[in-house]
Amino acid sequence: MSASSAFNDEKGGSSSVGEPEYGHDPASGGIFSSDYKRHDDLKEMLDSNKDSLKLEAMKRIVADPNQLIRASALRVLSSIRVTIIVPIMMLAIKEAASDMSPYVRKTAAHAIPKLYSLDPEQKDQLIEVIEKLLADKTTLVAGSVVMAFEEVCPERIDLIHKNYRKLCNLLIDVEEWGQVVIINMLTRYARTQFLNPNINESLLEEGGSGDKTFYGSDEDEDEDEEEKEKKAEVAAMAKRKPYVMDPDHRLLLRNTKPLLQSRNAAVVMAVAQLYFHLAPKAEVGVIAKALVRLLRSHSEVQYVVLQNVATMSIKRRGMFEPYLKSFYIRSTDPTQIKVLKLEVLTNLANETNISTILREFQTYIKSMDKDFVAATIQAIGRCATNISEVRDTCLNGLVQLLSNRDELVVAESVVVIKKLLQMQPEKHSDIIKHMAKLTDNIQVPMARASILWLIGEYCEHVPKIAPDVLRKMAKSFTNEEDIVKLQIINLAAKLYLTNSKQTKLLTQYVLNLAKYDQNYDIRDRARFIRQLIVPTEKSGALSKYAKKLFLALKPAPVLESPFKDRDHFQLGSLSHLLNAKAGGYQELPDWPEAAPDPSVRNVEVPEWTKCSSREKRKEKKVEKPFYTDSEGESGPTESADSESDSATGSESSSGSEESGSGSESEESKEASESEEEEEEEEEEEKKKKKKDLKKPVQERVFLQTIAPSSTLKSYELLHRITGEGLSVEYCFSRQPFSPDANMVAVQMQFTNNASSDTKNLHIEDVKLQSGMRVKEFPEIELLPAGETATAVMGIDFCDSTQAANFQLCTHTRKFFVSIQPPVGELMRPVFLTENEFKKEQGQLMGMNEITEKLTLDVKCRNEHTIVQRVTTAANLSRVPCGSDKEFAGRTVTSGSLVLVTVATKEEGAAQLTVNCEKMVIGTMLVKDILQALTQ
Amino acid sequence: MIHSLFLINHLGDIFLEKHWKSVISRSVCDYFFEAREKAVDPENVPPVLQTPHHYLISIYRGKLFFLSVIQTEVPPLFVIEFLHRVADTFQDYFGECSESVITDNLVIVYELLEEMLDNGFPLATESNVLKEMIRPPNILRSVVNTLTGGSNVGETLPQGQLSNIPWRRAGVKYANNEAYFDVTEEIDAIVDKSGTTVSAEIQGVIEACVKLSGMPDLTMSFMNPRLLDDVSFHPCVRFRRWESERVLSFIPPDGNFTLMTYHISSQNLVAIPVYVKQSINFFEAGSCGRLDITIGPKQTMGKTVEDLKVTIHMPKAVLNANLTATQGNYTYDCTTKMLVWDIGKLNPQKLPNLRGSLSMQTGVPNPEENPSLNIDLKIQQLAISGLKVSRLDMYGEKYKPFKGVKYVTKAGKFQVRT
Repeated sequence: MSASSAFNDEKGGSSSVGEPEYGHDPASGGIFSSDYKRHDDLKEMLDSNKDSLKLEAMKRIVADPNQLIRASALRVLSSIRVTIIVPIMMLAIKEAASDMSPYVRKTAAHAIPKLYSLDPEQKDQLIEVIEKLLADKTTLVAGSVVMAFEEVCPERIDLIHKNYRKLCNLLIDVEEWGQVVIINMLTRYARTQFLNPNINESLLEEGGSGDKTFYGSDEDEDEDEEEKEKKAEVAAMAKRKPYVMDPDHRLLLRNTKPLLQSRNAAVVMAVAQLYFHLAPKAEVGVIAKALVRLLRSHSEVQYVVLQNVATMSIKRRGMFEPYLKSFYIRSTDPTQIKVLKLEVLTNLANETNISTILREFQTYIKSMDKDFVAATIQAIGRCATNISEVRDTCLNGLVQLLSNRDELVVAESVVVIKKLLQMQPEKHSDIIKHMAKLTDNIQVPMARASILWLIGEYCEHVPKIAPDVLRKMAKSFTNEEDIVKLQIINLAAKLYLTNSKQTKLLTQYVLNLAKYDQNYDIRDRARFIRQLIVPTEKSGALSKYAKKLFLALKPAPVLESPFKDRDHFQLGSLSHLLNAKAGGYQELPDWPEAAPDPSVRNVEVPEWTKCSSREKRKEKKVEKPFYTDSEGESGPTESADSESDSATGSESSSGSEESGSGSESEESKEASESEEEEEEEEEEEKKKKKKDLKKPVQERVFLQTIAPSSTLKSYELLHRITGEGLSVEYCFSRQPFSPDANMVAVQMQFTNNASSDTKNLHIEDVKLQSGMRVKEFPEIELLPAGETATAVMGIDFCDSTQAANFQLCTHTRKFFVSIQPPVGELMRPVFLTENEFKKEQGQLMGMNEITEKLTLDVKCRNEHTIVQRVTTAANLSRVPCGSDKEFAGRTVTSGSLVLVTVATKEEGAAQLTVNCEKMVIGTMLVKDILQALTQ
Repeated sequence: MIHSLFLINHLGDIFLEKHWKSVISRSVCDYFFEAREKAVDPENVPPVLQTPHHYLISIYRGKLFFLSVIQTEVPPLFVIEFLHRVADTFQDYFGECSESVITDNLVIVYELLEEMLDNGFPLATESNVLKEMIRPPNILRSVVNTLTGGSNVGETLPQGQLSNIPWRRAGVKYANNEAYFDVTEEIDAIVDKSGTTVSAEIQGVIEACVKLSGMPDLTMSFMNPRLLDDVSFHPCVRFRRWESERVLSFIPPDGNFTLMTYHISSQNLVAIPVYVKQSINFFEAGSCGRLDITIGPKQTMGKTVEDLKVTIHMPKAVLNANLTATQGNYTYDCTTKMLVWDIGKLNPQKLPNLRGSLSMQTGVPNPEENPSLNIDLKIQQLAISGLKVSRLDMYGEKYKPFKGVKYVTKAGKFQVRT
């Protein structure tokens, strides 16, 4: 346990890690030493409590140099469930929430619900902390803080706006449990912020016109549809334009889709429910495959998944139809799984597959598992009511089952047949006769009651048998179960009304027996019926209508799935499973009729000027998502200290985010329109792309460099103080590196500021990420004092911004240096005509396209400056004669196309589009160019 | 989220409880026992139960119930998946997940549970991170610990949970660097009476045992990746790379792990390796039955079928079986009504046959149902789907690892209806 290990350390180390150390600690000292004093009064308070544990924990939270100790201490402190420490806990959480280690911040997020359950009064303060942590940019924190959000303030959806896009983008790298929580929360969020993507489509089942008659429920559904259509009309009237998916809505769908491949069933289910609730109908299908895969998992997982599939298969049958066979039942499945599979099979039944399904059902009926057989019979009944073509076949099959040896089977068949007969009784008097005979043998009360009801209801069809049945029943009345007794009374009353000559005495007898029954329901019923049917002087006006009351035409029952309409609960939730609202369940809101302002999610681009370039690099490294790197780079284990910079960096940027502007709504509308067009094309594009992937794209590469129009930026490799007089600067010369075309040329300038000569300048001990290569520059034998020399080396960065680390050696010393390329240097310009550009761009849509809106810097509004700034930021060449400002290049190693478009609009508004197969490169390039254009 | 956990053995004794928030009385389990009673079979206990104040979510693993108590809305799969992860962790630590092993290692179990959940929310579930904090037991350490009073809590601070590849710790060193991959495919099939395939699917899994020093970056490519259209990966696999190039690129966890699982659905044509000719009849007269089963090879791709076994769950009325097998042995358990015929290797020249009579209970009507046959089999060196690993490359480290891939095809839920 880390908690106890923290204690061990505390005991062992308290003497060595004494108080004087606080100031020395490089990581925390500077920031927290003043805070420590502030807690002196707390210390007194705690001492009076004689609880040194709390104090010790508090001390650690504030001051231990090791992030793990700080985190464990907070965990211990927050797990003490004593109200007296609430203020201290609050302070500790606030402190930890601005800790530089993301792990400590994660622990702070974990502590929030603990404090909240201890003292709900702290809610407002805790929300502030949550707000702050939500702005955190690390994957480690994201899951935990959303969990805290869900527990403390799930209604504060406004806190999510600014963090929405970030959460979507981080999602794939968050740990799996956090993913589940975030996806569920985002589902709810999306329901409040976006428009229903299916609003313009008719909500008919995919199966076609025949479906409408399947479900007994179709009337309701029709109403539903009408309502929705009305809504749609209203919406359409109001807007007078077709549905346009918000790009943020698309972002969510796009970023969650890969998680369907997760090994964690809960994640897969979370994505599935997100798609079910949010995706356009045409796209929901992707989840079926993943859900079917889960059916191979543990039986508990199967149970939950099947429940959800059952609900989904009512609304979206077509989605699971191809997987029909995966729901076939094995004799070894547990009964509860069998029953659920049966439910799904029944939901999936239609005219085309009903014969196969019925054949399957036939095998199931022979099963040894009687509960399952009963469920199968029910299922057959439902198929029969839903699909009129097979009604007679089913009925015949069920009648055959009446001669089954097992009583349960017979009883269940009777109940189902009763329901089926109600639909067309006149055709089936022989079946009713057959059933009347069964009363001698069948003992299951429900079945007996059903038969009696049938005979009573259709006594005209069996005029001879009915009185005889009543006679037998009267004989055994006292031994019957209550429901059977009630039906006997019922039968007697109906017969008395239709055939009083034969049955008068019998009825009297039955009513007399019932009068003295132990059950008051039965006594009441007998009294009521006697008054109603037997005419006396006192009998009221009602008795005239007795016949109408009893022998009214009754509507046939609707056999519907118990899973119908369960989808008003969020799928995958406990409430959905239980079909009852569980405590703490957050309702899934209905789609809004008009989308709320999408600009609330806009986040102002962080001002990079505030943090030095070093910090920026570091942050990128930390943030680098694991999955998205396509180039086999391995992120090394981050240590606490290396992250400290990024933490402060993110804080400063989060501060600036809050001042996000809301003036971009117009633009974003336009953007979303163009997005929509892309969406339509996307499918086709994808297909095209697949075909085109194999044939290399033809293009003319001008090997002679298209000279960069801007001055080269130089970076420092070795400062003259650390280098003991030797200073080295490098720049990316943007010239082709002749020994190897796949390498980026790095031009180095060595200056010897020392008073003595430097000899044998060369490179040693190159440490590279896999795949990267370095071509060293030839050794510089002598660099006299005060002189300057240049050399060119080549580095194949493998299209990644991983640093190349090596030692720069002189005859006396070795210096560790590293070169990390800005992403713009990982490409070389190519010449494309505008047509070629458009063509290539068309093939790099969808995931490969990143679009950002920006407001151009005031000084950067004319074409020339824009071109200059873009070409400075990235080694690209401008497409000549382009209508917009278009730039093209290829990555140096893999030769993937990089296409950049800057479309300017009035008043400095502009849109930046980057199309690149390598998404990591694309994302980073967008950031860099954005920065170049907005500063 | 998860409030408490109870471990219950098959007798219905609660032998371990752990509370992450406040203590909840054991009596909450009574609702579960009631449902357990009603379900007859432990597999039929509903995984989710509602009680007046709590919700109970349970899993059944290795004859044990893991019962968690929930107070508010939480996705049930979240809890179920987590409970299975707990059971997996026990299995990983102690080699098995049984009552005796858990009670023997109570200290470690509690330590693990403490770390895996914080206030009911999963904290560290990655085996690599846990092992860094709490060392798995071994004989030497437990002896030393008893003598010195030491504990098995790791001495160093666990850095694993800080890394962005939490599944691998830094500084792994091996004298022999090796990476083994087992491609195991299971055929799930339903074959009907006449021998036609009703449904057939393949469940494939690639298990890996990777013992490589340093931070190796592996790339595995397949001859025919098109086969894999429905896959799920260990978090270490770079998904985008798979999407674009259909290769598995990953930094592997240290030791044993499941790299990926895949599913080839019934829409594809699945080869069925054996055929079964069977006839099981029960006669009214003389209260006996006849059984005749022959198994032969069908689509075995030229490989031998091994470990062939047929299991039949007979109807209750069957008292005994008097059979002769031309190959292998059969046993009939009168209490569980299970007939097991262990055949072994399938010889295509001389097909194994089992025939004879079944004695039935007198005075009881004939069973209507026909028992279905469950087939077990194994084929070495074959992945029935045709999947083949074409190469495995390692980047990031200098040494040359020893690499190996093994293929096995097994019968999963392979059922022949009669």
